[in-house]
Amino acid sequence: MSSPTVTPAVVGEARAGTPARRRQGSGRQQRGVLPIFLGPFGLLFALFYLLPIGYAVYQSLLVVEREGTFGKARETFGGLTQYGRVFEDDAFRESVLRVLLFGIVQVPIMLGLALVLALLLDSPLVRGKKFFRLAFFAPYAVPGVVAAIMWGFLYSPNLSPLSELTSKVGFLSADLVLWSMANVVTWVYVGYNMLIIYSSLLAIPSEVYEAARLDGAGQLRIAWSVKIPMVAPAIVLTAVFSIIGTLQLLAEPQVFRTFSSAVTSTYTPNLTVYSTSAVPNFHLAAAFSVVLALATFVLSFTFLKLTQRRTDA
Amino acid sequence: MIAPLSAGPETSARRGVTENPLSRLAAMAVMGLATIYFLFPIWWLFVSSTKDRGQFTSTNPMWFADWALWDNVKAVLTYRDGVYLQWILNSLLYTIGGALIGTVLAGMCGYALAKYRFRGREALFNIVLGGVLVPATALALPLFLIFSRVELTNTFWAVFLPSLVSPFGVYLTRIYSASSVPDELLEAARLDGSGEVRTFFTMSVRLMVPALVTVFLFQFVAIWNNFFLPLIMLRDESLFPVTLGIYTWNTQVNQIPELRGYVLVGALLSVVPLIALFLLLQRFWRNGLGAGSIK
Repeated sequence: MSSPTVTPAVVGEARAGTPARRRQGSGRQQRGVLPIFLGPFGLLFALFYLLPIGYAVYQSLLVVEREGTFGKARETFGGLTQYGRVFEDDAFRESVLRVLLFGIVQVPIMLGLALVLALLLDSPLVRGKKFFRLAFFAPYAVPGVVAAIMWGFLYSPNLSPLSELTSKVGFLSADLVLWSMANVVTWVYVGYNMLIIYSSLLAIPSEVYEAARLDGAGQLRIAWSVKIPMVAPAIVLTAVFSIIGTLQLLAEPQVFRTFSSAVTSTYTPNLTVYSTSAVPNFHLAAAFSVVLALATFVLSFTFLKLTQRRTDA
Repeated sequence: MIAPLSAGPETSARRGVTENPLSRLAAMAVMGLATIYFLFPIWWLFVSSTKDRGQFTSTNPMWFADWALWDNVKAVLTYRDGVYLQWILNSLLYTIGGALIGTVLAGMCGYALAKYRFRGREALFNIVLGGVLVPATALALPLFLIFSRVELTNTFWAVFLPSLVSPFGVYLTRIYSASSVPDELLEAARLDGSGEVRTFFTMSVRLMVPALVTVFLFQFVAIWNNFFLPLIMLRDESLFPVTLGIYTWNTQVNQIPELRGYVLVGALLSVVPLIALFLLLQRFWRNGLGAGSIK
């Protein structure tokens, strides 16, 4: 590589007086390598993201027709028939409302906890930060399925180390099981969200704090008026990922079905997709998938836009 | 990122003098309670894994009895010709391969989107960004239908190939390389006669390391924890990743009671690789995470 003193001069020369031919040549050469850079990812993205989405939409538009009761099955174009069935499905509607309720309660609690812990970790009040950071983050190393199994044991009256509590409170009962799952999700993801918020707290320049302190702001005031607004983008990011996560709730309820009879095969939208495809009714399951993907997309996108406008204003 | 970190101890010492001891006590109490909440299930899992079946229910669940951890581990690893070991190996294959290749491909794409101007660049980026918002579970069923058309379900590839794609990786590496790989440096490399691909692999990659490590970790965790895709795709037990394996054991606990202990010990073992990876790469990861959240 050329020495630093020479390079800028050469670059300047090439830019200023450049022979057009040379620049064009390098431009063509540059564009020539684009397929190498973009091709492999682009191909896989098309195959495993775009194609399945397209295929699900296509499948969702088909219906199976039979000639007579025992006749041969035949796939024909059915327009929006499957979508009509999706929206008429009471169990599906209930499951959507259930995860929305879950999200409205669980996501703010989880993110609030993550924010408080991140702020405390960033404040001068706390000693032993390295230990706490690791302790809070440890549950994230536990895969969702495994975490659900562990907590399933902890909730079971006869196996739990908290048997005094679990024999009185029915964590796996129909009334509470949704919130027992919310606790599992919170347990796994608080530390992860805390780390995202914490690292963006670390990126705030210290001059900002000095200015605030000169104005006479205490720790709480700094946290409220300086730190929280400055980490707002990180919080938005974690919120969007949480919304996506809530709507795809699957591993936890699937595992809890082995611990609690209150969790049905249509308990969450994703479980509905899974059990419908196991029937199998792929066309209806595809329609469920499409509706679910669209709902997730619209919700996260709307949230992103709404919060962006607010922070811009 | 380095400045506030190094300023931390100094300012906190200075401020510590004026800090109210009551607020300090309250802060430490909150941290302590949170620690108990996050660690007691893991502690319980560890303690339970060290007991034999009889003592599991008859002794204090939060404290040790006779030390039977090694016997338990041996029992899990040798159960049904070492199927658990096979699952761990499968998980490592899916994750290391998927995360490594996925990171390189996403890095190349993100870098090209940041450093080359071409028609359709923004459109392409927006499509990929849309991919970040599409839940992976919504893709699993249509993927299953496609794979069954080409008779690839119940194969290694059915789980491996989809995990090579990381739209989030493209997003992160694009943002990161736009700010950390200077155009002047690329220009200089060009004048020195280095090809674009060579420049990327010998020079740009080094500047992008924190972002690449972050993408690798994200992909690694996502694949290691993946449950729905293998659940739908795989029938053959010998292809299972460890999550699906432990899940199937847990569903059989009622018929085969000794599996209860195996589920617990297997769960404990399945956490070890991720913890090792976090400890190994945590410095890189923290920095990279911050980069992703700044817009």
